[in-house]
Amino acid sequence: MNFTRNTTAIFYNLKALPIQQMLDFDYMCNRTPSVVAIIHPGRSGFHKAFFGQQEICIPLYQSLTDATHNHPKAEVLINFASYRSAFSSSKQALASPSLKTIVIVAEGIPEQQTKQLIALAKQDPQHPKLLIGPSTVGGIAAGSFRIAGYAGGKIENVLRAKLYQPGSIGLVSKSGGMMNELFNMISRTTDGIKEGIAIGGDLYPGSTLLDHLLRFQADPDISMLVTLGELGGTQEYDIIDAKNAGKITKPLVMWVPGTCASLFPWEIQFGHAGAKAGKTQESAKAKNQALRDAGIIVPENFQKLENILQQTFKKIVDTEKKDTGKNMHNTDISKKTTATPKPVPLDYIDALNAGIIRKPTNFTTTISSDIGEEPTYNQFPISQLIEQNSSIGDIIALLWFKKPLSTPITKFIELAIIICADHGPAVSGAHNAIVTARAGKDIISSLCAGLLTIGPRFGGAIDDAARYFKQAKDTNTPAEQFVEQMKQQNILIPGIGHRIKSKRNPDKRVELLKQYAKIHFASTHYLNYALNVEKITLEKAENLILNVDGCIAVCFLDAITSSNQFTPEEISQIISIGYLNALFALSRSIGFIGHILDQKRLNAELYRHPTDDILYLLDEKEKK
Amino acid sequence: MAHRKIREYDAKQLIQNYISQNHNFPLSGKGILVTPQTNLPSLPQQHPWLLTTPLVIKPDQLFGKRGKLGLIGTNLNYQQVQEFISNHNTEITIGNATGKLTHFLIEPYIKHKTEYYLAISSNSRDGNNLYFSYNGGIDIEENWTSVATLFLATGTPLETEKVKEFLQMRENVAQKIITEKEKTKIITFIQTMYTLFLELDFTYLEFNPFTFNEQEEIIILDTVAQVDDCASFKHPLEWKNLTFPKAFGQTSFPEEQYIEHLNKESGASLKLTLLNPRGRIWNILSGGGASIIYLDTIADLGKQQEIANYGEYSGNPTTEESYQYAKTILDLMTRTPHPQGKILIIGGAIANFTDVEKTFRGIINALREYQEKLRLGKISIFVRRGGPNYERALQLIEQAGKEMNIPMIIKSPDSPMIEIVGKAMERLQ
Repeated sequence: MNFTRNTTAIFYNLKALPIQQMLDFDYMCNRTPSVVAIIHPGRSGFHKAFFGQQEICIPLYQSLTDATHNHPKAEVLINFASYRSAFSSSKQALASPSLKTIVIVAEGIPEQQTKQLIALAKQDPQHPKLLIGPSTVGGIAAGSFRIAGYAGGKIENVLRAKLYQPGSIGLVSKSGGMMNELFNMISRTTDGIKEGIAIGGDLYPGSTLLDHLLRFQADPDISMLVTLGELGGTQEYDIIDAKNAGKITKPLVMWVPGTCASLFPWEIQFGHAGAKAGKTQESAKAKNQALRDAGIIVPENFQKLENILQQTFKKIVDTEKKDTGKNMHNTDISKKTTATPKPVPLDYIDALNAGIIRKPTNFTTTISSDIGEEPTYNQFPISQLIEQNSSIGDIIALLWFKKPLSTPITKFIELAIIICADHGPAVSGAHNAIVTARAGKDIISSLCAGLLTIGPRFGGAIDDAARYFKQAKDTNTPAEQFVEQMKQQNILIPGIGHRIKSKRNPDKRVELLKQYAKIHFASTHYLNYALNVEKITLEKAENLILNVDGCIAVCFLDAITSSNQFTPEEISQIISIGYLNALFALSRSIGFIGHILDQKRLNAELYRHPTDDILYLLDEKEKK
Repeated sequence: MAHRKIREYDAKQLIQNYISQNHNFPLSGKGILVTPQTNLPSLPQQHPWLLTTPLVIKPDQLFGKRGKLGLIGTNLNYQQVQEFISNHNTEITIGNATGKLTHFLIEPYIKHKTEYYLAISSNSRDGNNLYFSYNGGIDIEENWTSVATLFLATGTPLETEKVKEFLQMRENVAQKIITEKEKTKIITFIQTMYTLFLELDFTYLEFNPFTFNEQEEIIILDTVAQVDDCASFKHPLEWKNLTFPKAFGQTSFPEEQYIEHLNKESGASLKLTLLNPRGRIWNILSGGGASIIYLDTIADLGKQQEIANYGEYSGNPTTEESYQYAKTILDLMTRTPHPQGKILIIGGAIANFTDVEKTFRGIINALREYQEKLRLGKISIFVRRGGPNYERALQLIEQAGKEMNIPMIIKSPDSPMIEIVGKAMERLQ
């Protein structure tokens, strides 16, 4: 199995980042997209990803069979299933004839399961399959195919290590985290990577260091082998056997980390599952010595690795020049034709973070935030508000008025909410909500039907009352004159008048509001003014009293004007943009929802208005 | 993580439970694990057989060769068992590890004439090896020629015929020829143990020895076992009471347990092992491979006795996880200041996908929290890291170092990974 510029892969599980990193690599190397399908049980349709600046759609499939059936040319499965499910999906992939390489990313797959996969991979000796992993970051075939999208790191690093063009070095490492370090080291000291594979840190990997070295040995474009082993296990001894048997003839530079382990009083389990030396033979020191004895090039320590790479590569170049007079492996860095990588566009978020670009915003907010550790209401974290026992009035203060308000005001807001919460099922808003609920509509639709009824004739009186009384009081219009003016303009004074209540049958709610305002507000100018108006209107009719709407309006004006918490401009704005209507809508929603739930509980049937309640005033000719 | 040794008591419990649920196979065995919490005088109330049966007692702390070390008491009564425990409740040295004996296993003493050896090991990538000898006992390593080996490739069943051949391999050197009846029992025993080995995800299982009692039932005398802890998700019930004690002599610190807990909860990898809490070189390292190379390099420079901890974080931990991880290490390293100060190495390779900025923000938060103690403890910090968003990460830590007035040397991926180790060791002089 070789990875070429035509190799394509199927992903198991939608992992956007590695998919994008594979596609960016493809774009950079001027090849076609290498990810052709994604298996993601439970999803269908397409996954959008970038190819250069264009967006491409990668089809999603529910099952492996569907994906391989539709993409029979894809030979690689990049398995991003979790450690719990990677076994079953990998097993299925091994049984699929079109898939030749299975890359397993999950860490922590039980050993017996991996061993079963290993056995399955070589079940058909004529067509053995290549397993990479578990617990691998994949690898890279320089200029051709990026395996699993992680090894090589970000695109800048791929560029730095010149992985967009093939060199002549074959690298295999147990460690995935060291891949970029090695890629860079190799790009500094040689003509670059041809192929680099991280086999994963498990004790029994799907393919071994030796498996890949033998692939590299067979690849005529590879001139030198580099391997990073690890303490624990016996894989390195298989390499020695192969070397002794003449199966590895290309120069091999190798280092086994973990030489410090023997200095500790007990066996350390290092980060990788396989990184623990049970026996002396499995120690890094023993392995390095054995490798050296077998004629493999082993540096004194990791620090000397870069040097030895350079020397070894130089020797290869020199020998080839001397032996053949020409460059067999295309290894002369100076003469090597270099590919030009296609620049990959920066991701918006990266460019933004780097401070390279800017973008005007489309929205502005000044009241709350969901950025950061905890959502805030006007800079107060919600937990803090709960801890200090904030009331609904305090929350309305923060989100509507953008500042904490004194208790007399917040308490008044709550009073208004309580008073306006419901007015029985017969009022038009509640009626509409009920009719809608009975038509089988959901809570939100029914609530909206009720709320949409609120307007100038229903519920809107508070706002208007506030506007008229404020205007009249602020311009020092005497109450008599105000009443006269309104009459002349043929406008009923909003907030004055009640269907049932009268001077002798006062509205208890109004009495409570007045009492509250007198006790808690520094001044009640607007209330006093309205009461003066009421005196005059009462002379005209018994029921022209200051009603609940009017009383809330003027008390609210008194609350905000006497608090010293608002400028006159702010007060004008509060009245003009409809805070009081909002208060009514909020409060009455409680009642509407109550009626809707009530109807749903009762399972009330569809309402149809009786025809005898409707005057059918039709043209004569339409009558039969 | 990997292969984990388990207590003999736990291994035997796993085997007993498995056999009682899945196989009609006689395998008698009683055992009690004595821990520091056990109330010895009242134990016979729950287990009356302690007073009526001759007993065996041995430490159960993951080390072997107990017979050779003279740490097994045989054919004792309960009074003698209690004396044995109080006599051995001391610090001892085995190899180069020193520790206290804290856990003991009490079992009925079985009179036996023969000692057989059986081991099953997941020591091959392509299958498992079985080892059997008629001449079991404490000298088995010296008599390895008496041991027959059977390799079973992954997926191959262990048929009766195969076991028969296996038993014949070294029959010629058997100290005692066994009866056909005994042989049949051993064959079933081996087959059952192999099935159990696979199903319960053991990676090593050794009975040295097992024997027959007077009722001709198979009795397991000594057991050594390891399991593959990656398989714990497969055995939520079977492994419910299973613990993974530390190696003998290795003190377990609450901080290590905390990181182990963090690791379990996280999708990333977080590991911490304290090697020498008095050491002056502390490490916050990333990557399984790179972390080893850092420790190798420190040891190469002759400072291994100063290495305080091993550890690594990888797999893109969150800022909070990185903070908790770094904080745990900073807390440990600042407990007892050293007059000449200490070294903190924040090192790693060029990450593939771990967001360096995100993880560094966590580390920086921890540094800020401990800045006073870091200054008091004359701690110098050496940083090297690459990978996604490393530029910003290095800027942030540099800025934090300046603000906190803590000496810091910072290297980018342009310099070799372990260059800072050399610089750090110079500072240690």
